[in-house]
Amino acid sequence: MPDNDIEPDTTVDARGSACPGPLMDLIGELRGSDAGTVVELLSDNDQSLTDVPEWADEAGNEVLATEELDDHYAFYVEKA
Amino acid sequence: MTEHVAIVGAGTGGTVLANDLADRLDSEIDAGDVRVTLFNDDPDHVYKPVWLYVPFGQREPADGRRPLADLVDDRVEVEIEYVQAIDTDAKELTTVEQPEPVAYDHLVLATGSVLDPESVPGLAQGGHNFYSEDGAEALREELLAFEEGRVVLSVVGSPHMCPAAPLEFAFMAEDWFRQRGMGEDVEVTYTYPIQRVHGNPEIGAWAEPIMEERGIDVRTFTNPQAVDPEAQVIETMEGAEIDYDLLVTIPPHTGVDLIPEAGLGDEWVDVDKHTLEATRAEDVYAIGDAADTGVPKAGSVAHYQAGVVGKRIASAVRGRPATARYDGKTLCFIETGMDEASFVEFDYENPPAPAPPSTALHWSKLGYNESYWLTARGLL
Repeated sequence: MPDNDIEPDTTVDARGSACPGPLMDLIGELRGSDAGTVVELLSDNDQSLTDVPEWADEAGNEVLATEELDDHYAFYVEKA
Repeated sequence: MTEHVAIVGAGTGGTVLANDLADRLDSEIDAGDVRVTLFNDDPDHVYKPVWLYVPFGQREPADGRRPLADLVDDRVEVEIEYVQAIDTDAKELTTVEQPEPVAYDHLVLATGSVLDPESVPGLAQGGHNFYSEDGAEALREELLAFEEGRVVLSVVGSPHMCPAAPLEFAFMAEDWFRQRGMGEDVEVTYTYPIQRVHGNPEIGAWAEPIMEERGIDVRTFTNPQAVDPEAQVIETMEGAEIDYDLLVTIPPHTGVDLIPEAGLGDEWVDVDKHTLEATRAEDVYAIGDAADTGVPKAGSVAHYQAGVVGKRIASAVRGRPATARYDGKTLCFIETGMDEASFVEFDYENPPAPAPPSTALHWSKLGYNESYWLTARGLL
């Protein structure tokens, strides 16, 4: 279980997806979302550790938290 | 009792599989022990790679169409019907045309991809594409009349069919205008959603220097969120605005509604990436674009996966353990201009190493496009 009290508006489960699948799933979810929307992205791809924060920084979105769980990562990204 | 194999979709995967089973299970079919039915909502088989050449006036959409009746073995029952529902518990499917459900013992979904330009405001109105017959023909009219300005090739969503095609279009367009003496008047801009020019790191690293050398304007981390067709501007999620005179897009793709409605996946069918068996239902397989395997949505993938599923179904029919596995094998030619191409081959374990572009590979690609009809018939 994630060790934070962030309550995401939606969860995108991209576990099992090859790069750049998880990032593209996150982008697809945020494309139609309103500012302030928080998305939880689940990924078991190590590349997401760099892909997600780099894109979030480029797009002005904020990575609220990144958690390493047993067999995957959970990213919490808020749309600017 | 007759075992019924139902295949939904007669693109590359479905057609190759139908012919594979007709050959592999010929004696069982002739004895009445097995039936194979191929469902498709179009009487023609469509070979989509032809569309890349249509905007440049080199091919016609009709070059990519042939009647299924000419391609599929007579042992296969071809039903030109639209499958509208699947009940994986009852093991039956429903078509629009037949009042009664059709029972199956083994089901293969080869339903491909669907374009979804409406998911980005203004994209359908402002953007052209070469991912449909109508789109490729409309783009041809624009491209032939284009004399100066900026052509933007924008990959709006991923995954999409034929991941090499956006690179190919950008390389071909730059070369096409330059060869016609218009290189100074036309700028080609290429946009991609992530931090490199292609989803595959090795292909991206290979393509980027070629783009730089050719003067193609590259914009990475570019995700259009709206297109203004009047002002001819792309607005991106990253806060940029990109002006265009001609916009060519790879629209977002999605799977068919049948997949989530049948509970087989959220968008694509969840499968074991080696056996191609659905993880959410028994005796259901998916191949090609419809299968969520993480490999490219490419014709070669559908072709190889069809061979694996053909063997696994034959094993099941004969009561033997199925041993055939898909290893992620993918082959792609990549046009790097109007007269040269590269080639890649890779799988789950071995990354691609693009071959140096050559005229020979370009002609190999064109040659394969002609011999593709042997692939569809299960002969190559």
